[in-house]
Amino acid sequence: MVMEIVCPAGTPAALRAAVKAGAHTVYCGFNDETNARNFPGLNFDRAEMREGVAFAHTHGAKVLVAINTFPRAGDEVIWHRAVCDAGASGADAIILADPGLLDYAARNHSGLRRHLSVQAAAANADAINFYAESFGIKRVVLPRVLSVSEIAEINAETRVETEVFVFGGLCVMAEGRCSLSSYVTGKSPNMNGICSPASHVEYHETDGVLDARLGGYTIHRIAKDASAPYPTLCKGCFGAGDKSGHLFEDPVSLNAEQLIPQLLKAGVTALKIEGRQRSRSYVVQVVRNFRAAVDALENGKPMPKGMLANLSEGQAMTTGAYKKTWR
Amino acid sequence: MQLTVGPNQFFWPAQRWAALYTDLASAPVDRVVLGELVCSKRLPFYQDQIPQAIASLTEAGKQVALTSLALVTLKRERKQTADLAATGVEVEINDLTGLSYLPEGTAFSVGPLVNVYNEGTLVWLASRGANRICLPPELPLASVATLAKTGADLGVAIEVWGHGRQPLAISGRCYHARLHGRTKDNCQFACEDDPDGLAVRTLDDQPFLAMNGVQTLSHSYACSVHQIDALRESGVSAIRLSPQSSGFIDLCHLYRQLLDNECDGQHVVDALVKSDENIQLSDGFLTGDRGVDWSGEPSPT
Repeated sequence: MVMEIVCPAGTPAALRAAVKAGAHTVYCGFNDETNARNFPGLNFDRAEMREGVAFAHTHGAKVLVAINTFPRAGDEVIWHRAVCDAGASGADAIILADPGLLDYAARNHSGLRRHLSVQAAAANADAINFYAESFGIKRVVLPRVLSVSEIAEINAETRVETEVFVFGGLCVMAEGRCSLSSYVTGKSPNMNGICSPASHVEYHETDGVLDARLGGYTIHRIAKDASAPYPTLCKGCFGAGDKSGHLFEDPVSLNAEQLIPQLLKAGVTALKIEGRQRSRSYVVQVVRNFRAAVDALENGKPMPKGMLANLSEGQAMTTGAYKKTWR
Repeated sequence: MQLTVGPNQFFWPAQRWAALYTDLASAPVDRVVLGELVCSKRLPFYQDQIPQAIASLTEAGKQVALTSLALVTLKRERKQTADLAATGVEVEINDLTGLSYLPEGTAFSVGPLVNVYNEGTLVWLASRGANRICLPPELPLASVATLAKTGADLGVAIEVWGHGRQPLAISGRCYHARLHGRTKDNCQFACEDDPDGLAVRTLDDQPFLAMNGVQTLSHSYACSVHQIDALRESGVSAIRLSPQSSGFIDLCHLYRQLLDNECDGQHVVDALVKSDENIQLSDGFLTGDRGVDWSGEPSPT
């Protein structure tokens, strides 16, 4: 294996499908606020996690459990229990962001491999090495603020494995350091594992024009027959000075498939696909394509081209911060 | 309760920057954190003013700390952050990168952009030498109270974001540059035109956020005046005021009077509205359903 494909699984069925489609590794979370995709109907209860890990192991795949929100003061025990239960389920590693929780896991579950979540936003080799010295992390999921050459520089200066996002939703703000959603809806990625929740979205139609509002603020306005992007706050439409438009980011999603050879050269260990909230068929298709890409790379064959364009739900694709001009 | 002045989040010309600290030397505040928090490209423009600012504040009896950058990616930024450890001035870390350069046992403080959400993180930071923590603005009063108690047990002073536009996000991308069709590397310092950030409006033309280079702030000014009693009872040691381009020294006086029980919260609100009738206030992170909410009389939006 030249590069590990790390796939999302929002449900036990998605986990099994991803493993069968060729995922080297699957990541998932418990069905509560301990993980950053705390959506209704998603994620695993304790028994499902044990069964999911057993299934993956039988098929030669690994399971990572994301416990990557920031524990609420006074309720840390909920997050501590998640760490214990992940270990008991036989998971191969846990993905954590909070220093206090990392410290707890390092002290009490030292044998359970620890990965640093993207939510920790460790964006340089000094910070990554500091997390490694302090908490024994073996892998870091890099924040989506770095160019490929910066990732190469990081790998030259650390022994911690690096995992990077290659496909799916794209945070334009440094992850784990954004309270935009919480400002407008009261629900935050850091505390609740939720960003721009559907419960706070409203659509209003007037004279053939459809407004999409988040927390009462209109951030999309389109003809009612056009396809309406979901009103994620940072990808909304705003005005500033004499300009208007998608001032932070267009409604795009990340696709770095053509950068895989460069990411390999930059020393990246694992390629991460976003989307635990996505359907099983979506996950299968993305996994198959990325697996084909890394297998081609391993066998010295050319990369398959443009294979995932149809999966972006009509959204434009970007390579995000991996190309420096994005900034 | 003490008053702390946080680092100026915006890009001001050196003269204006220096004038703030000259004025603060005689203002009724206890502690001043200065230096560059948001963008490493700004620092060279006023860096040579920092030693004089530190000297005059220290001479006036203020505690002084230097902030570390919020987001450190480049070699130059790592060096900038590492150099802070050698200044001999207390460092306020605003990213754990800043802590990686401090020899173990060095006393330091923690700024609002480090995610201190729970006792475990507070205890760990205290074990590394943290003596003061300004909590993230997002935290509700219940969390503040729990953390203030843990802080008291450990001798760590707990501070709360008291007034000013709230830092909501930091990015690798510069939005000011993007607005002008430029990249971050060729930004031409567009953010300098907006000493309190540039208003970002919704499609209904409501002022909503404030753009500040790589940072995104609330358009509303966090205002803790109606929560002071609750914060005091919780054991919070200090209130943080974030610099703004006009009326800031007056604001320091108003909060000092409030903390000394010489006026009530409404007096401060009335004075703020008098100086800017369009001011939008919020205290929803502390006490409301969402950050933008305001517990006082409706304010104009």
